[in-house]
Amino acid sequence: MSTVSTTHDHAHNHAHDDHTPHGWRRWLFATNHKDIGTMYLIFSFISLLAGGLMALGIRLELFQPGLQFFRPEFFNQLTTMHGLVMVFGAIMPAFVGFANWMVPLQIGASDMAFARMNNFSFWILPVAATLLLSSFLVPGGAPAGGWTIYAPLTSQMGPGMDMAIFSLHLLGASSIMGSINIIVTILNMRAPGLTLMKMPMFCWTWLITAYLLIAVMPVLAGAITMVLTDRHFGTSFFSAVGGGDPIMFQHIFWFFGHPEVYIMILPAFGIISEIVPAFSRKTLFGYSSMVYATASIAILSFIVWAHHMFATGMPVTGQLFFMYATMLIAVPTGVKIFNWVATMWKGSMTFETPMLWAIGFIFVFTMGGFTGLILAMAPIDIGVQDTYYVVAHFHYVLVAGSLFAMFAGFYYWCPKWTGYMANETRGKIHFWASMIFFNITFFPMHFLGLAGMPRRYADYPTQFADFNMIASIGALGFGLAQVYFLLFVVLPAYSGKGEKAPMKPWDGAKGLEWTVPSPAPHHTFETPPSAEQMREAGI
Amino acid sequence: MNLFGKVTRASLYLVAAFGTALAHATENMPGGPAVNQLNFAAPATKIMQEIHWLHWMMLVICALIFVGVFGVMFYSILKHRKSLGHKSASFHESTTVEIIWTVIPLLIVIGMALPATKTVVAMKDTTNSDITIKTTGYQWKWGYDYIKGEGEGISFLSTLSTSREAINNLAPKSNTYLMEVDNEMVVPVGKKIRLITTANDVIHAWTIPAFGVKQDAIPGFVRDTWFRADKIGTFRGQCSELCGAEHAFMPIVVKVVSQEDYSAWVAQKKKEMGAGGDDPSKVYTLEEQKERGAKVYAANCAACHQPNGKGAGAFPALDGSKVVNGPKAGQFNILLNGKNAMPKWAGVLSDGDIAAVITYTRNSWGNKTGEVIQTQEIITARGQ
Repeated sequence: MSTVSTTHDHAHNHAHDDHTPHGWRRWLFATNHKDIGTMYLIFSFISLLAGGLMALGIRLELFQPGLQFFRPEFFNQLTTMHGLVMVFGAIMPAFVGFANWMVPLQIGASDMAFARMNNFSFWILPVAATLLLSSFLVPGGAPAGGWTIYAPLTSQMGPGMDMAIFSLHLLGASSIMGSINIIVTILNMRAPGLTLMKMPMFCWTWLITAYLLIAVMPVLAGAITMVLTDRHFGTSFFSAVGGGDPIMFQHIFWFFGHPEVYIMILPAFGIISEIVPAFSRKTLFGYSSMVYATASIAILSFIVWAHHMFATGMPVTGQLFFMYATMLIAVPTGVKIFNWVATMWKGSMTFETPMLWAIGFIFVFTMGGFTGLILAMAPIDIGVQDTYYVVAHFHYVLVAGSLFAMFAGFYYWCPKWTGYMANETRGKIHFWASMIFFNITFFPMHFLGLAGMPRRYADYPTQFADFNMIASIGALGFGLAQVYFLLFVVLPAYSGKGEKAPMKPWDGAKGLEWTVPSPAPHHTFETPPSAEQMREAGI
Repeated sequence: MNLFGKVTRASLYLVAAFGTALAHATENMPGGPAVNQLNFAAPATKIMQEIHWLHWMMLVICALIFVGVFGVMFYSILKHRKSLGHKSASFHESTTVEIIWTVIPLLIVIGMALPATKTVVAMKDTTNSDITIKTTGYQWKWGYDYIKGEGEGISFLSTLSTSREAINNLAPKSNTYLMEVDNEMVVPVGKKIRLITTANDVIHAWTIPAFGVKQDAIPGFVRDTWFRADKIGTFRGQCSELCGAEHAFMPIVVKVVSQEDYSAWVAQKKKEMGAGGDDPSKVYTLEEQKERGAKVYAANCAACHQPNGKGAGAFPALDGSKVVNGPKAGQFNILLNGKNAMPKWAGVLSDGDIAAVITYTRNSWGNKTGEVIQTQEIITARGQ
């Protein structure tokens, strides 16, 4: 961190009147979108490592049938916390970090609209994460009811559950503030002449995502508050004994939860839509249909929630409605994939690390899309609901989807963030190692699920042993690949080891971010971008 | 155990595992998963046959789209490279193309949904059943009550019969490891069985993959589903909704038998239930109660309190416990009414079983109260 500030200070020795605070004040009182973006990214990477460690614990126990290392109670805590930490601590804050860094730069704004709220929404996160993680230390341990925290199992948990609930409240508040900031910034602070339909796709996908967040985070807050009062204040929202309904929790949760999965993937679509044209040296194909497809996915995401609940025993009309609506999502998602492929078509492609990750994303994410389509079909879903097939599916879209897109984004914008190019060879090693180990880990899970191995099991029949062992080995490799990324790619880039980055390191890239120096100075676009900058940016 | 011990043990396991991994792989489990099974279970009902067919249909369609989309993408990646001197074209939209690739997927999706609709409707049709069985999920076992049709009145609990030693790697794992129970659900072949599911504590899910059935069991609510097995044999599944610590240890086993065998089973089960009915006035000896109690304990209590009575984690030890060695009334109360994580056993276990298991715990390990609890005492306590 200190090295980052050195670089910045170095670039700004001449301008000591830019009010850059120094030392810890710079970070604790940060109002600069770049500093806050960096903090978001650091926070989410730490969460990724913490959640990854839990995943490795899970894979260690599942390396062989039988209970070797953990009691099942602790195993359930690991699966629950792995999910919560990855969703709320890693993926979501990472995308907010990307937005903080890139949205103002891409729209030619001087900063985010509400700089102090930006600071607050970040600093809530470490507090919430500490609260969540320290639930491991209280009697009864961390929550062990799955990241979906289904009632009434949550009523059996110890005080760790309450800590998780308060932590989710805080994380939700942070997300809502972040979203308000992004929406206001995008709607009000675009450079003159940068109309909505000329805006970079990353800003578009984040604008839509921010609306989704504002719509559904309060729903989650409501659901978990009801769990809290059921646990402590004698209400019976989700307990049949007092006239409540456990399935009601699932409806409310998934009304949040399904848009949530699009919250975690739409910004990824945005990043990919920036990178594919840049390295194909060709304009993004079907810009407006991309915007419409993103919006359609967002709207459809509100009417498909109960496909997570086919096994609860819905009436036949309910099953049919949610099956049809879910399958419809394949249409706009397909449009996006086709547009990316059409962008590559007859391009002049090169395959630097960001492009490798982007192509890897399209390839593996599409596989997750196919299994999503298969899962949408209610009769098949009855066969694989709550099995490893579902685990495979959502890791294909969340790891190979969201996470791979973020790696693509890191390699693409690293020059702008650090002033140095990420090492190409090491980036490629990171890519291929992640890609191969990812598939070793998660591909066999499709077979386990089809054969009937339920998820969240601390132990399993011996017939499942080989695939589980392969998955565990893959998981270890995948984890090591990320440690490699931290030690051999990220830290060298941030500590200024490597090739110095020019203002625009990618010849096919477009956008205002490439019209400011690398690293981006502490303050950018204090005056709106010039006509020349706009022309350079391709607007 | 200290951290160093854990790490050492972990590395030993890793080394040992590589050596024994493949030797581990047992044979296929009859009615359960095959070794390294790649697809759904072999169907034992018409519904499961349809699910197989739908799944293959989806795989083929997805494979075709996969080849189409990635054929184009990888062709482009190979040919349209800067290193080959390819110059980029300037097109960036085509309304016609975009409409085509919106409409065609829409048609494909509709084509997929139609056959699935038929199966969804068939799966939900629980009318005209021959036998109705109520299935209750407990932490962590299943209860079956035959409530209509041949066998009406039969009622029993079905608990994992795999030993704790096998789970803790102290005994070899059998071929049916974790998917074997003491009392299987028994149904006749070719008859429509309607299942009513509910639960006692949290949500569980009853499933037999080979039947194409999976239905959540929800506390306080009933749901129903059905199957008509067209093959004689044993079929196995596992609880499929996270239900707490022992989620992995409450399997489901269904024995499909011929009509004659079923009638014989019903007759025998009725006889057993008649004989097994506790005579509340009967006075048992300490040895009789301990023997019966040991079985009840192994099936219902050992999961949490452990076979040695030492407890684990949040679950208190019974060996040397104040409650178990204290006044009887206190222990009666906890067993009958539950407390925190301890479920309520009244209505789940019979009064005779509760009396036996209390006798067992009060006279096992280091506990030596010498007291024999009789069924009548439980009935009295329950009445209070």
